[in-house]
Amino acid sequence: MLLQQIINGLTIGSTYALVSIGFTMVFGVLELTNFANSSLYMLGAYFTLMLYNATGHHFFVALLMSIILTGIAGYCLDRFALRRLRRKNAPKLAGLITTLGMSMIFDNGIMLIFGSESKSFPNQIDLGRFYIGNAIVSWTQVIIMVVAFSLMAILSIIVYGTKLGKAMRSTSQNVEAARLMGININSVIAFTFIISGILACISGTMVGMYYQTVDVNMGTMIGMKTFAAAILGGVGVLPGAVIGGLIIGIIETIAAGYISTGYRDAIAFTILIIVLLFKPTGLFGQKQINKV
Amino acid sequence: MLEGFCTKLQRHHAAITGAVLVITCLIPFCVTSTYVLRICVVAQMNIILVLSLNMMTGLLGQMSFGHAAFFGIGAYTAAILSTKLNMPAQVTFPAAMVVAGLFGILLGLPTLKLKGYYFVIVTMVFCEIMRIVELNWMEVTRGPLGIMTIPKPGFFGLRISTQREFYFLALALVILTVIVIRNIMNSRIGYAILAVRDDEVAAESMGINIFRYKILVFAVASCFAGLAGALYAQYTGYIDPTSFTNNKSNELLVMVIFGGLGNLVGSFIGAITLSVIPELLRGLATYRQLIYGIILVVLMMVKPDGLLGAVNFKYLGQRDKLKPLKDGGKKRGAIWWKKS
Repeated sequence: MLLQQIINGLTIGSTYALVSIGFTMVFGVLELTNFANSSLYMLGAYFTLMLYNATGHHFFVALLMSIILTGIAGYCLDRFALRRLRRKNAPKLAGLITTLGMSMIFDNGIMLIFGSESKSFPNQIDLGRFYIGNAIVSWTQVIIMVVAFSLMAILSIIVYGTKLGKAMRSTSQNVEAARLMGININSVIAFTFIISGILACISGTMVGMYYQTVDVNMGTMIGMKTFAAAILGGVGVLPGAVIGGLIIGIIETIAAGYISTGYRDAIAFTILIIVLLFKPTGLFGQKQINKV
Repeated sequence: MLEGFCTKLQRHHAAITGAVLVITCLIPFCVTSTYVLRICVVAQMNIILVLSLNMMTGLLGQMSFGHAAFFGIGAYTAAILSTKLNMPAQVTFPAAMVVAGLFGILLGLPTLKLKGYYFVIVTMVFCEIMRIVELNWMEVTRGPLGIMTIPKPGFFGLRISTQREFYFLALALVILTVIVIRNIMNSRIGYAILAVRDDEVAAESMGINIFRYKILVFAVASCFAGLAGALYAQYTGYIDPTSFTNNKSNELLVMVIFGGLGNLVGSFIGAITLSVIPELLRGLATYRQLIYGIILVVLMMVKPDGLLGAVNFKYLGQRDKLKPLKDGGKKRGAIWWKKS
């Protein structure tokens, strides 16, 4: 029973971790709480569903196109709203509010187009299930975890091993200094947004596949979970986001299994607040010194 | 242009305030439509919420995305007290304030030491926790069914039941909120709060206990959100958890930002405009959230501070008084209500 809950928790937690990486990367580079991140997740799932029907049930073609489209949506978010604010040197708050507004536009736009009822989502890679002890594991879960963890591996190679990653890290440390070193800040930020869009899209599609249903509100709930995951791990820290996502996923399923289904999310969030009591910067966050 | 206009406003602020007050008192006698009065009461309720949220976000500089949680706590407190224990309004309204304030302190104690963005997300998460509790604690809140037939408020035997009476009750509560917030902001505490907003480190080095002021403001803001909640519960007579979601919090924040962060006059404008516009656009009800989103994005591009965010009335007033000296001692038009 416990093993089963942990496996389910890891599956759902790895999808949280993916979205949360995108969120935490944007945060690291811009110090911006991106509320629209969760909308990109919902947008990705809807794009896949729409293209799946439009391309005549070619799942992988649909997924690929959806990834590109969501990446473009992430790019547009930065290009048409946030870059203008940066150029005007607007306060950080303005960026936060803009992403909130964008998220409202995305969510309600999709709701107006597709309606608010939940839609069934095809599970294309249903390969049956197997047993580990008493726990049932479906291949869908295995695929979700494998995809999530390989994406995380690829991402850490990009961030810690390539020139682009170095540019991203230096931008997150000090924007001005990075600019003086000849780094094109705008393209680094745009790239970060594209990555967060791609991750959100893949995660959204996988969750749609896992539950075989998508609805407009799927973004709102996951938004809160990814914020919680990123904060739990320490904002701006990539491994922190991964661990935070997994922890939130596992707590949630265990709470649902042993305590109460209704209070599932409340328990996960309460644990987040309790953790912040003892470690105000999250589990892996570094203590920041206020400079005058 | 805006600044010049605001200087004029500031110069005649006492007269304008008086005129506005008289007009607002006359509205319920001139308007008989209960529909219009209903919108007025809702707008006044929003004013209370927006003023208190503005105190938190605009004056103290702590973004709170969970104001609806305290609104909900107040509403549930008043509803439960009046339905289960038959308490009169002079008990339920203060009780709603106290309970909401206590929750504010409870949430503030661990979280107000956190950095800005952590606090943002914790308040958001708190709002969600409260919604889940309201939805699942069947014995107390009746969950998704909501609490029905909440009695109309009665103060010391004085029953408030018609729209007009509710209008004046709401007006009185708005005035109470304004007086409390104004007095806080014009006192030593207010200057400390503004200092904390402008630079925490500098404020701390001047001997201001940042944490204490943050808790204080958070508690006061939550109190007034609870008061608005009690009004809402006893006015509509029915509450359920869907009224206190993050959407409501965001809506309130939009109103604050629309009017201008840290500007109390702006809060009035924001709350009234954004309460009335959706009613005018009834046919577009499904587009409401979309329109809010567009307003936010466009506003941030055009005026990142909101309508009156960049206007500091106090400063304008002081500059206006000094101006005649600069102009060579020429006296400005006499101010008839001030003898000097």
